[in-house]
Amino acid sequence: MYTYTDFDESVVRARVAQFRGQVARRLDGSLTEDEFKPLRLMNGLYLQLHAYMLRVAVPYGTLSARQMRALAAIARRWDKGYGHFTTRQNIQFNWPRLEDVPDMLDALADVGMHAIQTSGNTIRNVTADPFAGAAADEIADPRPVAELLRQWSTDHPEFQFLPRKFKIAITGSPHDRAVTRAHDIGLRMVRRDGAAGFEVLVGGGLGRTPMLGRVLRDVLPEADLLPYVEAIVGVYNLLGRRDNKYKARIKIAVHEHGIAEISRLVEERFAALRSAWGGADRAHLARIAAQFAPPPWRNGPTLAHDAALADPAYRAWAETNLSPHRRADHAIVTVSLKAPGATPGDATADQMDALADIADAWSHGELRITPRQNVVLPHVHKGDLSAVHAALTAAGLAADNAGLVSDIVACPGMDYCALATARSIPVAQEIATRFAALRLEHEIGPLEIKISGCINACAHHHVGHIGILGLDRAGTESYQITLGGDATETATLGARTGPGFAADEIVPAVERIVRAYLALRQGPDETFLAAYRRLGPAPFKAALYEEAQSDAA
Amino acid sequence: MSRRPFAAKIVTANCLRSGEAVWLTADDRWSPDMADAELIEDEAVADDRLLFALAQGDRVVGAYLADARPGRDGPEPVHFREAFRTRGPSNHVHGKQERRV
Repeated sequence: MYTYTDFDESVVRARVAQFRGQVARRLDGSLTEDEFKPLRLMNGLYLQLHAYMLRVAVPYGTLSARQMRALAAIARRWDKGYGHFTTRQNIQFNWPRLEDVPDMLDALADVGMHAIQTSGNTIRNVTADPFAGAAADEIADPRPVAELLRQWSTDHPEFQFLPRKFKIAITGSPHDRAVTRAHDIGLRMVRRDGAAGFEVLVGGGLGRTPMLGRVLRDVLPEADLLPYVEAIVGVYNLLGRRDNKYKARIKIAVHEHGIAEISRLVEERFAALRSAWGGADRAHLARIAAQFAPPPWRNGPTLAHDAALADPAYRAWAETNLSPHRRADHAIVTVSLKAPGATPGDATADQMDALADIADAWSHGELRITPRQNVVLPHVHKGDLSAVHAALTAAGLAADNAGLVSDIVACPGMDYCALATARSIPVAQEIATRFAALRLEHEIGPLEIKISGCINACAHHHVGHIGILGLDRAGTESYQITLGGDATETATLGARTGPGFAADEIVPAVERIVRAYLALRQGPDETFLAAYRRLGPAPFKAALYEEAQSDAA
Repeated sequence: MSRRPFAAKIVTANCLRSGEAVWLTADDRWSPDMADAELIEDEAVADDRLLFALAQGDRVVGAYLADARPGRDGPEPVHFREAFRTRGPSNHVHGKQERRV
């Protein structure tokens, strides 16, 4: 894992000291809110419905056990004993007081973390495959490149005032767990003629105008990555619209100018930039890559795992929450933060400490945050899995639902967010509780529900198999459904079913969709998404609307 | 052209230090309890009170006018967003509701 150099440390400390002075001047009246707001946003500090919110970057979703303990300590000392993990692999603290934030940032700097560029019209936290460095299907660990991008984009003088925010996601696997097609730039590692390169996608994004990224380069040699990304952002910086906030993202530039013209401009800029870089980034990348060397693998018998499968609780968890590791005697453990009835993505300080202890004992001190708001123990020897399961059970973290209907992604919605138009957390809680009570989850199989509390789509509802969007309709909360979305390498935007549902109608509506699927599927092996693709929306719409009418009649 | 009748308002904002939701009272204080707010029935007065609030930038952030109606103990919210601001989130007993239990 990457550790800060003296240079990283000095940059982050200097920024904390700067912000400490800015907060003091805001509190003594020397700075107005108009002057202070852009400064606090540069440091990840928002003002929401009930309090300030500090958004901390978890770079490419990787955390050490030590960093996780520091997050727990911050949650206890300056917040209300919990944190909220987001779809962009960040953590949000919902209750800081303004005067405490500089101390929180210093506590983060102590463990090599910061909140720089987690807001504002800048390049945001670079997100990555949460299974990076561990996945069986991976070409190579994308995190050295992600760390290079973090260093390059942090305080990049040319890109501090972009037309709008800019999000980059990267994966080293053909199976896309990083939602690359919904990012301003998506980078997907490919291997061509023995050498690693990247498929470069541009112009993806959800929100008010959802679009999937388009291919800008089939195979970009890895050596060209940084100058090429700099060329894209440079072109966007000039071309992106600054007259209309809602048309300012790069996806609109791609849509308005066409991918061919964007490609021409990027290639032109790249040709000019490439020689200027002179290879300095290559030497630096090699130094970074050395820090992402695989851990010393443990060898040993895996009999404990096979024996534990006799226990139904362990077996159910193993079936859903384990993924294939690059080593056959290891597994990737997904720790679900979605116990039915819990707030998706929330972890208490005690749970964070437990995760850190478990990671230290059995996962080489490493943890990941996933775009689906869960936590991953990336490197667990199969002989240790039953011990990990027991420790997770003791911490209330053994929910056996990864990828199932109750593993719901939800933004904070109007319970916290000042931009929200409706709540999303209670809807997620009720749907999860309902399906847990029905005991159908494992029979239903893989099914992703994503709930956003406004059109900004922080919960990625457009790419949920079932997407739910909370809106304000004439002063009441109303929920619109989309079906058939897909966040993976076969990315698809979901289609709206029709009129929305009131807060007390949305859970039964989702249940009707799922029951229709169970009745129509060809067998347990046909997933919800596969069935939807085969059947189209009609039978699901019928279940949603015609049954609702007959119920009312 | 008939104008829509003016709907009663309160002035609300967030406390600079804590970020907590606060309401402007008739005697120019900022109260954490909406019931203490000054219910404004006249549009010109509302504009005037909002200007006053916007000049209080050393104490509050983001002052705005929100619809309200008279209640038993004082002004009450009309929109659900404003109702949430008087309580806190629905998933944890945090915020204002924490002090009431």
